[in-house]
Amino acid sequence: MSAFFSAEGLAKRFGDRLVLQDVTFALTEGEVHGIIGPNGAGKTTCFHVLTGKHKPDAGRVMFRGQDITGLEPRAIARLGIARSFQLMNLFDDYSALENAMIATRPLRAVGFDTWRPAADARAAIDRAGAALEEVGLGTKMAVKAGSLSYGDRRALEIAVALAADPQMLFLDEPTAGLGAEGIDRLAGLVRKLKGRITMLVIEHDMRFLLGLADRVSVVHWGQVIARGTPAELRADPWVRRSGMAA
Amino acid sequence: MNAPIPRAATFPPALLATVALLATAPLWITKVGLYPYIAVEVMIWMMFALGYNLLLGYAGLPSFGHGAFFGIGAYAFGLAQLKLGAQLWGALAAGVAAAVVAGALVAACISHRRGIYYALLTIAFGQVFWFVSIKWHAVTGGEDGLLNIRRPALDLGFAQWSLASNEALHYLVLVALVVVVMLLARLVHSPYGRILGAVKQNEARAAFSGHNTWLYKWSAFVISCAVTGLAGSFFALAQQSAYPNVMSLHSSGFVVMMVLVGGGLVSFWGPLVGAAFFLLARDLLGAYTETWLLWFGLVFMAVVLFKPEGIAGMWRDGARRLRPASP
Repeated sequence: MSAFFSAEGLAKRFGDRLVLQDVTFALTEGEVHGIIGPNGAGKTTCFHVLTGKHKPDAGRVMFRGQDITGLEPRAIARLGIARSFQLMNLFDDYSALENAMIATRPLRAVGFDTWRPAADARAAIDRAGAALEEVGLGTKMAVKAGSLSYGDRRALEIAVALAADPQMLFLDEPTAGLGAEGIDRLAGLVRKLKGRITMLVIEHDMRFLLGLADRVSVVHWGQVIARGTPAELRADPWVRRSGMAA
Repeated sequence: MNAPIPRAATFPPALLATVALLATAPLWITKVGLYPYIAVEVMIWMMFALGYNLLLGYAGLPSFGHGAFFGIGAYAFGLAQLKLGAQLWGALAAGVAAAVVAGALVAACISHRRGIYYALLTIAFGQVFWFVSIKWHAVTGGEDGLLNIRRPALDLGFAQWSLASNEALHYLVLVALVVVVMLLARLVHSPYGRILGAVKQNEARAAFSGHNTWLYKWSAFVISCAVTGLAGSFFALAQQSAYPNVMSLHSSGFVVMMVLVGGGLVSFWGPLVGAAFFLLARDLLGAYTETWLLWFGLVFMAVVLFKPEGIAGMWRDGARRLRPASP
């Protein structure tokens, strides 16, 4: 059986620095897969290679039987892969609703319509509104993204990704900067989406990930040094020695 | 709280005020010490500034060579008339088409850039066109430019009007300006306009949402050039000539000043205000001193330093202060 999403032998070099070497993993449909590792382990580079921002020097990325290695971010997005950003990356002058609306498929379909008002693009607005409801921003649809609180902005990040109706969702350090309460809220959200959307989550918060992921790959020095279910990893001597399994 | 997705008013007060002011201008303009032609010129520059602001204000793309497309519109209008015998509609179409073709080519070379690199490339291309206009004597008439451009009659099929008088021209340009305003007001509130604004705020995210950001930037440049070329055509019609100065770096700079002083970054209407402000300053200050541009330049610098939102921003703040209760 071919995997829903897989990376095979990815390598990436920046100058003389080998950031990724022979990174391989595979996801089945509906799985929540974690990628974990310390800072500088190559997690974010891995993410960029998977979502099209960087082209790998070797290896390939497969999505539903299709080779998507090195495709433009736009093309990857159109195949049904959405991502959140680690750095705050919203359209700050737009309302929460409009941020989500920009990402919807119905809006993309009428993107070169210069005549009808965007405020009449019912299908796009409804889809965006539903995504905001889902992450608990239903009452803040008209608030400018730039005026939202940190936790709300993180939630909006995810709403924007959901608004695209993805088959696969990449979350890049979703807990970064969140307090305990925000992390709980996020965990609840991921649990709610689990099974419906295949997710790849990059994190260094071990507890968050071990509580949610079906399987986890541990990345260190640009390589996958261990993989398995959360329970297996807790027992892995390498992982224990790295001090990541808090 | 504002609407989550902004919508253009059908008849915004700013449009009604603009039309009321400009439609009655021939009746009062000489009484306030001005001359009829200035209103025509103001409207032409308003159109240019609006087209330019689609790029600067809405797409966030700084073009500092846009005068070239204004000039290309003017030259194409003249050439279509002088060399091909085109009448009004044909010459206007030629002006728009030439600016669109030139704009499409330039945009194809620069749309993968943004920021300072984008700005520098637009200056370079602008200078190329300006240089061509001076050196290609056989076509452009060199430094003299194209003289003897006529004002063909306005032919609507069922009726004809002469445009010889500035008053007749005034109303033609006013109608064209209103059409441009209404089309652009729709555009900036359309899905296209909103996605363009998203590309301005965060190009990477827009790309990760599946939008072809290059195509949005390219097409915004081309649409902007179409409006600019139309304005340039009207300029040749009004001036009855086209000359290199029109497409020089100066005129590129003037439109930037109009848009920024007027407040194009925060208001759709800012460029209209800025164009009127600039040309009135030119004539009123210019009556006292040859160095009026120095004084205007100081005003421009003060605005950029202390009130980057321009006149439209001051107006908005003032209105807010007067009505503290409203949101």
